[in-house]
Amino acid sequence: MAGGETTLAVEGLKTHFFTKAGVVKAVDGVSFEVAKGEIMGLVGESGSGKTVTGFSIIGLVDPPGRVVEGRVIHDGRDLVGLDDEQMRSLRGNRIAMIFQDPMMTLNPVLRIETQMVEAVLAHNAVPAEQARDAARDALGQVGIPSPDERLRAYPHQFSGGMRQRVAIAIALLNRPSLIIADEPTTALDVTIQGQILYEAQKLCRETGASMIWITHDLAVVAGIADRISVMYAGRIVEQGTTADIIDQPAHPYTRGLIGSVPSRNTRGDRLFQIPGMTPSLLNLAPGCAFRERCSVADDACLAEPEPSRPLPGRVLRCHHPVLDTAQ
Amino acid sequence: MTVFIIRRLLQSAVVVAVMSLLVFVGVNVVGDPVDMLINPEADQAEIERVIRDLGLDRPLHEQYGYFVVNALQGDLGDSFIFGQPALQLIIERMPATFELAIAALLLAVVLGIPLGVLAGLRPDAGWSRTIMAGSILGFSLPSFWVGIMMIMLFAVMLGWLPSTGRGDTVPVLGVEVSFLTRDGLSHLLLPAINLSLFKLSLVIRLARAGTREVIHQDYIKFARAKGLSETRVVLVHLLKNIMIPVVTVLGLEFGGLVAFSVVTESVFAWPGMGKLIIDSLHELDRPVVVAYLMIVVLMFVIINLVVDIVYSILDPRVRLQDTKA
Repeated sequence: MAGGETTLAVEGLKTHFFTKAGVVKAVDGVSFEVAKGEIMGLVGESGSGKTVTGFSIIGLVDPPGRVVEGRVIHDGRDLVGLDDEQMRSLRGNRIAMIFQDPMMTLNPVLRIETQMVEAVLAHNAVPAEQARDAARDALGQVGIPSPDERLRAYPHQFSGGMRQRVAIAIALLNRPSLIIADEPTTALDVTIQGQILYEAQKLCRETGASMIWITHDLAVVAGIADRISVMYAGRIVEQGTTADIIDQPAHPYTRGLIGSVPSRNTRGDRLFQIPGMTPSLLNLAPGCAFRERCSVADDACLAEPEPSRPLPGRVLRCHHPVLDTAQ
Repeated sequence: MTVFIIRRLLQSAVVVAVMSLLVFVGVNVVGDPVDMLINPEADQAEIERVIRDLGLDRPLHEQYGYFVVNALQGDLGDSFIFGQPALQLIIERMPATFELAIAALLLAVVLGIPLGVLAGLRPDAGWSRTIMAGSILGFSLPSFWVGIMMIMLFAVMLGWLPSTGRGDTVPVLGVEVSFLTRDGLSHLLLPAINLSLFKLSLVIRLARAGTREVIHQDYIKFARAKGLSETRVVLVHLLKNIMIPVVTVLGLEFGGLVAFSVVTESVFAWPGMGKLIIDSLHELDRPVVVAYLMIVVLMFVIINLVVDIVYSILDPRVRLQDTKA
């Protein structure tokens, strides 16, 4: 992807939540780039800050959270510090988002038509009839049969997979240059998951949109992403092409994640798991956040590891990366 | 939808039948109206004549059968006191009560929903806390006391508004209404506010609770992610969802407003049904009390039906379940 246009560049993004119990550093210095047409997988456990990263980009972090530092450069413009109206005109227009639970993302009391047409009209001064045609075409595009009839339906008349297709259709309506997909397949059956993955990938290629695919599921992201960023405790600990990350993980955490995916060779064996639990982000101690669970940690890890680029296209935050080893 | 309405109508008929029995028996055990009706100096023969005329010498089940047969023909008996049909007495006073109740309900909705939604959107703001504190007052202060205080302040001390009666009325479709004349409107204002205070507080609380819940739903965030304006998110996506509980409760409460506006009507001498029922209870005017209670039962049944229908319009999920059933 090197040399291609950059759709999104996130630089040193910090999103903190100012709760009564203290400051939760949900996103703490995240940097990455997404090239035009590229699909970037953002992988991490629950609570690693991947969803908050997504919401920070489109400016929808709920109070008491807010972006305290960093830049989000989208198509050459820094989004941090834009006023509400400027952000609104970008959301759903240039940057769209797909949510995790399709059962919850569509308003239960409004027709699909209403919910799609309003998304068109929010950004384009076109007649309602034209907006409706755009909505119908978008439904057809994501593989919903007889879209004309389905427009009149309510969300509860769709299955989960179909609702997620509708959500994807809504995201595509205004031809965004970036789609943030927040675990869009997690709540779906495995068979539907495969279909949605395939559709999303196809539509991305067709429309030339870039995508950030947020997930905790390495198997999903391995099939769809061009590059992967692994998040842990609000930071990106490893970044590289999908092949590099899967075949030669260098960060102990990434190695742990990949090691815990069951494979044919581990049949009958005890599954590997990373010891311990995700640390609480509230008043996190300085230094490497993973050191408590890491097998190679030593005193050096008490200091915060700085991002390094040991290999081309690779970013790592670790004092003891495992480099050039064959798995 | 048709099947649903027919089923509901049948259920309603059963409710009305059971209630008629309860009401009839109940009223017949509370006291003997004969003592109240007859001149204390009347002799035994005259007392027996009156009892026979009123049909009170028959056994209770016969009286009930007679009542049901007549009721089905729209005759709920004649008032012992006025000698007029009980139904007619009540219907004459109905427009006044309905006008008062509707005015109170409108006030509650028009003020309550915006205040509640605003309080729900900014729960930590000072004015939001003031609204909620006010709603607690609305809940807890006794209606008659507030009514008297309002009369003292606005009618006696300030002299802005009249304290009693309906004022000038004009007929609209054959029904006398106050709100279209200046004088009538000034008479309506105080009792309507008095009657609405409790419902207003209820609507504020419901709207606030609904807003607090709905605002955190994914579909609200998704609506924002679509780039909709905050106005549209609140007025369309949020409001339609919080209206479901508000309509349900208000519908049921409307029956209560009509049936039990007794206190407000007494305080403001509003010539409605509430005042009639109080008087009739004092005089053990059985037919009027029975007729009144039957009308109230019918009204609740009808309101419930209407609420269910409106509810299904607001919430498409209910519609689907009913066509399946």
